[in-house]
Amino acid sequence: MTAEAVVSTPPVAASSRLLMSGNEAVARAVWEAGVRVAAAYPGTPATEMLECVATYPDVYAEWSVNEKVSLEVAFGAAMAGSRSFCAMKHVGMNVASDALMTMTLTGVAGGLVIAIADDVGLSSSQNEQDSRYWGRFAHVPVLEPADSQEAHDFTLVAFELSERFETPVILRLTTRICHVKGLVSVGERSDRPVAGFHKDVGRWVMVPSAAGRRLPLMFDRERRLRAEAEISELNVVEAGSDRRVGFVTSGPAYMHVRESFPDAPVFKLGLAFPLPFERLRLFAAECDQLVVVEEVEPLIETELKAQGLSVAGKDILPLSGELSPQILKPAIARLLGEPLPELARTPPMTVFPRPPTMCVACPHLGVYYTLSQLRNVTISGDIGCYTLGFGQPWNALDACISMGASMGMALGLDKGRSDAEKDKKIVAVIGDSTFLHMGMQGLLDIVYNRGNVTVLLLDNRAVGMTGGQDNPGSGRDIHGSDAPRVDFARLVKALGVREERVHVVNAYELPVLLRTLRDETKIPEPSVIITSQPCVLIKDYHALKPFTVIDDKCTGCGNCIDVGCPAIHVTRRERVTKASGREVDLAFVRIESAACTGCGLCLKPCAPDAIVHVDTLAMPIRVVKKTSELTQTP
Amino acid sequence: MSEAGRFDTTNILVVGTGGQGVMTATEILAEAAIALGHDAKKTEVAGMAQRGGVVSSHLRFGAKVLSPQITPGSADVLLGFEAAEAMRWRHMLRAGGLVLMNTGRLVPPVVELGLYDYPDDPVGQMRAAGTRVFSFDASAIAQELGDIRLGNTVMLGAIADHLPFPAEVLERCILKRFARKKAEVIELNRQAFAAGRAAAEQAARTAAEAG
Repeated sequence: MTAEAVVSTPPVAASSRLLMSGNEAVARAVWEAGVRVAAAYPGTPATEMLECVATYPDVYAEWSVNEKVSLEVAFGAAMAGSRSFCAMKHVGMNVASDALMTMTLTGVAGGLVIAIADDVGLSSSQNEQDSRYWGRFAHVPVLEPADSQEAHDFTLVAFELSERFETPVILRLTTRICHVKGLVSVGERSDRPVAGFHKDVGRWVMVPSAAGRRLPLMFDRERRLRAEAEISELNVVEAGSDRRVGFVTSGPAYMHVRESFPDAPVFKLGLAFPLPFERLRLFAAECDQLVVVEEVEPLIETELKAQGLSVAGKDILPLSGELSPQILKPAIARLLGEPLPELARTPPMTVFPRPPTMCVACPHLGVYYTLSQLRNVTISGDIGCYTLGFGQPWNALDACISMGASMGMALGLDKGRSDAEKDKKIVAVIGDSTFLHMGMQGLLDIVYNRGNVTVLLLDNRAVGMTGGQDNPGSGRDIHGSDAPRVDFARLVKALGVREERVHVVNAYELPVLLRTLRDETKIPEPSVIITSQPCVLIKDYHALKPFTVIDDKCTGCGNCIDVGCPAIHVTRRERVTKASGREVDLAFVRIESAACTGCGLCLKPCAPDAIVHVDTLAMPIRVVKKTSELTQTP
Repeated sequence: MSEAGRFDTTNILVVGTGGQGVMTATEILAEAAIALGHDAKKTEVAGMAQRGGVVSSHLRFGAKVLSPQITPGSADVLLGFEAAEAMRWRHMLRAGGLVLMNTGRLVPPVVELGLYDYPDDPVGQMRAAGTRVFSFDASAIAQELGDIRLGNTVMLGAIADHLPFPAEVLERCILKRFARKKAEVIELNRQAFAAGRAAAEQAARTAAEAG
């Protein structure tokens, strides 16, 4: 989702019922709750929460360098007695968990709510995790809304619980909450007095002796929260006339259950941790059998089984991915020994895949085109648009796991190389924001341990993949106002990369890029090549005069296609037999000049110089401003 | 009646590629449904923040909407912003459902590289498979009006007479979006909407004549 998509929410509502995504609804409630500090690092599907919070008045909002820092900022504000908020995607909590696992001991003064958005179904993530585990691990309550209205309402309740029990509270969302728009009744902001920071080393300084004294308090809090769960209105029992199966469910899975089995009794858990075992036992007694429907892992199921309750769950339902009526109906029919329900079926038609691509004129195109020319190289990758370099036509990224991991993995690939790979070049590719998030430490490790790694730092001044958010490398804050901008060349030198080994290169100057890469990969010490052209989707990017192809001059070599620019289209293909007897496939091309922004990357590989500026041919072609809006005339 | 069974829900699936305005168009459809007092939910499957990839946006509206996703085989109308994308999502359509589609093509790099083929005749293939299709070149209509970005208003015009409410409600919701823009922009969108309606009507006639 792009940044523009969010601005649809007005700072203050004119009408009290608004069409809002789960993310917008949470942001609204954050504002209403009187929150004073909100922090996050962008990540799908959580990004829009902070983007939207930043549009409200009277809330300090920031993009933090990573999720751990964002949680620490929010916690600091909560220590000071302010209500504070922090949002992240599921993998963000892996990074932030170090802070979480001890702030659960100190507890909070002002309310602290942490929204964690699980990418169930992996629409834009490297893994699928169930963040409800953090509730059990950190002994903090987990609230699980089922739609936008609940996302709003539960956020308000979460702040109340946080202050009443002096604990951080997790609001667990999934993609199907964050990115579903529904109607939401909203309220207005209520400002709250801020108590201020009270010095208390026994509470805020977690040395072993103090932490040890806080442990029993944490377990006592969990006991009290369990009692709260037994009476909480967040947990709702819906009676049903068909008692053959009673459902225990939470989050968006509830909607699928309710839609699939309108007559069944349902126990909807809004407070998904701790569980109200007594109420669940009473519910179980009223149903022939219980089925737990949860996304994604069997947490509720396991706890109910540990309580001695007989339940079905992941034995009949999938362990990963989103649930739906289409999955639930046959599973329950099978459980009941009924004939499978007749689901509507329209046969699918086979169509080519359409993987995400890099944009027209994206500066990463030049980088990956160049990397694809290198031989005997292993490329350690990272998380961002440039992860797409693994795909066609570049095939120039060999590994990617987590934020900043390109650095450590590259050092490990270097130190762990086989004898046969003695001359192998190790290249790491990382974007500006990912480098600042968690890559700096890895580079320091490469330098300190004298690794032989060439780092490509792709500075495009934006968190591109999530919609071009700002970061300390962009020179703008979350509101787009001027902010101090990190100097990457000075930064990497300060980390110990030698001055001669640091290069700033224009990503569109292919010969320079290739030469620099070739030279640096030959030198057995850490080097950093920084590319510094902006993301084409941010305002720093300026489109140039578009190009076109002179038909008569195009020889069909297809070299330009290897750049991977989506504005280059094949007009016809031919197979010819060369004098040597070798068969060659030719692909003649044209450039979608309305989409082309004149980066010129395709000019370099074009042997016959068939690519020229549009006005060279005096062709009247109108330039479309938005490069992302491609089209093709029939 | 839809897959939702007792819940009388209208299911509209809008599909295309990242950057075409699919999500915005669906949101405007949702606003129109809400303006008439319906409950509505709108959701997307948009992997990797789109980047030219596949986007499918689900809209469900009615008295009360529970599950936000349209289950396969239950979409009443499939609004295809791109020819091959309409084909890709045909399995979502209910028996007797309607496809309204742009014949304009967006050929992705994997096809340009020769790794895959673009289907020869998406409209013909869908009809041969028994699907009711009204097709028209929305991209060309938008370009004739002077801006390819009008494409999604053309598409909304096309669906306007195939909704359980008057076309004028949808038109008002579209124009409201441009309320702060220049009169010229509003007028262009009005024309695009009308052109889309006319194109769909013409396509319906052609389809009827073809039998």
